[in-house]
Amino acid sequence: MRLQFILSEIGIGLRRNLSMTISVILVTFVSLTFVGAAALLQGQIGKMKDDWYDKVEVSVFLCPRDSSAPTCAGGEVTEEQRQEIRAALDAPEVKPYIQQIYEESKEQAYAAFQKQFKDQFWASAATVDDMNSSFRIKLTDPQQYQVVADVVSGRPGVEEVEDQRRLFDQLFLVLNRATLLAGGLAAVMLLAAVLLITTTIRLSALSRRRETGIMRLVGASTLFIQLPFMLEGAIAATVGAVLAAAGLWLGVQYLVTDWLGSSVSWIPYVGTADVLTIAPVLVVVAIVLAAISSLVTLSRYTKV
Amino acid sequence: MSPAEGPEPLPTLLDEASARPRAPRPLATSVVIRFENVTKVYARGARPALDRVSLDIERGEFVFLVGASGSGKSTFLRLVLREERASAGRVFVAGKELGTLSSWKVPGLRRQIGAVFQDFRLLPNKTVFENVAFALQVIGKPRHHILTTVPDVLEMVGLAGKEKRRPHELSGGEQQRVAIARAFVNRPSILLADEPTGNLDPTTSLGIMRLLDRINRTGTTVVMATHDDEIVDQMRKRVVELSTGEMVRDQSRGVYGSDR
Repeated sequence: MRLQFILSEIGIGLRRNLSMTISVILVTFVSLTFVGAAALLQGQIGKMKDDWYDKVEVSVFLCPRDSSAPTCAGGEVTEEQRQEIRAALDAPEVKPYIQQIYEESKEQAYAAFQKQFKDQFWASAATVDDMNSSFRIKLTDPQQYQVVADVVSGRPGVEEVEDQRRLFDQLFLVLNRATLLAGGLAAVMLLAAVLLITTTIRLSALSRRRETGIMRLVGASTLFIQLPFMLEGAIAATVGAVLAAAGLWLGVQYLVTDWLGSSVSWIPYVGTADVLTIAPVLVVVAIVLAAISSLVTLSRYTKV
Repeated sequence: MSPAEGPEPLPTLLDEASARPRAPRPLATSVVIRFENVTKVYARGARPALDRVSLDIERGEFVFLVGASGSGKSTFLRLVLREERASAGRVFVAGKELGTLSSWKVPGLRRQIGAVFQDFRLLPNKTVFENVAFALQVIGKPRHHILTTVPDVLEMVGLAGKEKRRPHELSGGEQQRVAIARAFVNRPSILLADEPTGNLDPTTSLGIMRLLDRINRTGTTVVMATHDDEIVDQMRKRVVELSTGEMVRDQSRGVYGSDR
């Protein structure tokens, strides 16, 4: 009887305030979509870091024939300098940081260059001597880049030490900013959602003042009086969260997996599985929102 | 003052009311409502709605609360229901002191009190049966209990056969009977009635009074605030008169006004 009664009360409440209920659903939908988007962006960044940091190398570019770098004043790197650099990298204090060292000659660099830019007209102007020979160093821990860089940079014959991570860091900066933006919008929308749920519950409580008045009079417990209103808010918010999860799922499926994934295939992307992971979180956020709103409103409008 | 029915010698309570606060007496089990020097002030600086009122109402009594509008009758009833708290003094209902009763126990208190109002307070979109059943549903009574109790109480108030009507299809007297059925369906030990006949014609009022009297004879304490002097004079029950918040008369088997 109780459950059935509460359910019918909820049904009445939701129908009586249909337009408000719909607006609650829509606002939670939009706000939680932003929350989810922020989470997915962070997931994307994590995925790229995992994937790329394993592959990145520290490149020690050696002096080519004509270089303006002060360490290259002696012209092209000599065999002696090359041996010294190699010896420094093989020194026992640096060794544990290095997984593997691969030497690339300027001929190999030229071949790779021509292959990569074969369609560009300016590529044909480059010669083998314009290329750097280099050491490509794979690190055991990509975070320890600085140790290796300190050992070799500034040595005669080294033109430049480059950590490929820095190239990615630009991209990650952009993605992190996008996360912040999505997060900021999410915060604003969540605030709007709380206010709207508050208003909806208040309207619902006011429109059923007669019923709640009688309930109080005949001794219904506070929880029993407030539960239908709380559940109304929670149901509307949860529907919004489910919609947000569905929207994110579709977005990831069609925008990321199908479209981005087929056109730029070398990047690891977040997938629909990630959406399913954050969906419960979105529902929990929605329920927390509704709970906060209920507590704020009901203590004032259905006091015993 | 009616010479035939002079005021009963009950000034002890009035003496107490004007005396200094005294040590609380032990609460006799037969007392269901006790006011001890109760003062209620709604707004700071305003005249008190109730001013140092003391009285005992025993189990099974029928008490009329009379007095002009604004004399404090409704405040008295609201204090018993703990819709308001006393500003000073102590209110005991069904053995509990309401001033110290924690708010989560208030619903339990109200389940022992039925309340009826001048404006009936029925739910317009529920049938007679549903209106009465509502009072049991919201305190979590099981369905079979509701299905057996509600028809009984509807028959008792004389509404058998009208279970499916809605309030707007009923006369005022019938609507008040629904309200009384709702107040009584959980068999409360106290029934409060705030001008239950205020919207009804004399004949209908008489029927309502018979019903309240019948409920009173089942052992339920009835406290009825009213303006209706005819009814009070006919019933010859205990009369408590309030005037601008002060209790000016407490008379068993009394009449409405001493100055009529």
